[in-house]
Amino acid sequence: MEETKIQIKDFFSRFFDVDNLADDIDIFANGYVNSLFAMQLISWIEKEFSVAVEDDDLQLTNFNSVNAITGFIERKSSIVA
Amino acid sequence: MDIIGVIGAGVMGQGLAQDLAQHGYQVLLNDISEEILDDAKRRIKQNLRAQRMLGNTSESGETTDQIMARITTSTTLDFLSDAQFVVENVTEKWDIKKEIYPQIDKICRDDVVFAVNTSAISITKVGSLTNRPEKVLGIHFMNPVPMKNTVELIQGYHTSEESLETARQFLSGFNKESVLVNDAPGFVSNRVLMLTINEAAYLVQDGVADAADVDKIFINCFGHTMGPLATADLIGLDTILYSVEVLYESFNDSKYRPCPLLKKMVDAGLHGCKNGQGFFKY
Ligand SMILES: NC(=O)c1ccc[n+]([C@@H]2O[C@H](COP(=O)([O-])OP(=O)(O)OC[C@H]3O[C@@H](n4cnc5c(N)ncnc54)[C@H](O)[C@@H]3O)[C@@H](O)[C@H]2O)c1
Repeated sequence: MEETKIQIKDFFSRFFDVDNLADDIDIFANGYVNSLFAMQLISWIEKEFSVAVEDDDLQLTNFNSVNAITGFIERKSSIVA
Repeated sequence: MDIIGVIGAGVMGQGLAQDLAQHGYQVLLNDISEEILDDAKRRIKQNLRAQRMLGNTSESGETTDQIMARITTSTTLDFLSDAQFVVENVTEKWDIKKEIYPQIDKICRDDVVFAVNTSAISITKVGSLTNRPEKVLGIHFMNPVPMKNTVELIQGYHTSEESLETARQFLSGFNKESVLVNDAPGFVSNRVLMLTINEAAYLVQDGVADAADVDKIFINCFGHTMGPLATADLIGLDTILYSVEVLYESFNDSKYRPCPLLKKMVDAGLHGCKNGQGFFKY
């Protein structure tokens, strides 16, 4: 789980400064990111963690913080496993 | 009108195909290779998914796959015999655009209007490549197409009122408004914008300020949402260079001379957002 968080922050750091980013900060509400980022985030999650993001998963609450993404990846991976 | 031909599946063709499909149009999307078309479909899908995630879904409640199913691709132009309106968005180079029109003039039905999506190329000159110059007009879409709801509608020398009306009807089908302007190199928008971007590139080249600071002045001092150099990256530096070159050649005026740094960046393959590096990194 910690490793997942590091991977996520590493990905975020390509777009914005993650030095003081708390795991529960809403990155969309706080103006860190734009739609170009949203596009790349979904593809990155699919590739990096080999999970399929379905239409029904495409809700901001699944992706709006480090914690949300970590939780989403865990739920998705455990379904496959 | 519900079957639309879209020629060229680059930045603009992708945005247009997506926007049209989301509004229920059937799209016939053409480009020169299967790889480019596959890549275009992949990007359109990514974009639709990002929109869904950000909560900007079409009210129709359709799935991404249902929207994607309205986009048919082909590397030949023949399928445009079914099109009821055509928008051409190939590379901003006369030598490339000029090959398209005599072909579609033969393939498409006689009543079909051709819209040239160009940054600066003369609509009148494009019209002269066909036997239907009254049905050739310009639609200068803004980028990203699904987010920008006003376009420049350009009347060439021979463009008829009837064709302009057809174009307005087509545009209203996906909530676009238009401002009608006359045919002149760069129209209104790009005659000013391209010169601004070119001059901003000179500022970087001359070491007056770096790219981030140039943009910062436009954003913080002028209240622009985006600086000229990030805008250039979004449009594509190749497209910027070709447009400035078209302006330079069209007006024969040295004030449009392309900035050598811009040329160098394009030669080096720095094309902006679309391939990850321009004045900024993506
Ligand atoms: N990028 C912008 O912001 C913007 C805005 C408004 C208008 N435009 C204009 O739209 C047009 C397209 O620009 P773009 O940014 O999408 O360029 P682009 O380079 O992203 O895409 C051009 C596409 O045309 C394809 N192409 C080349 N020759 C072709 C042919 N013979 N048949 C079919 N396809 C062919 C290329 O393979 C490429 O996919 C240009 O005329 C440009 O000036 C661009």
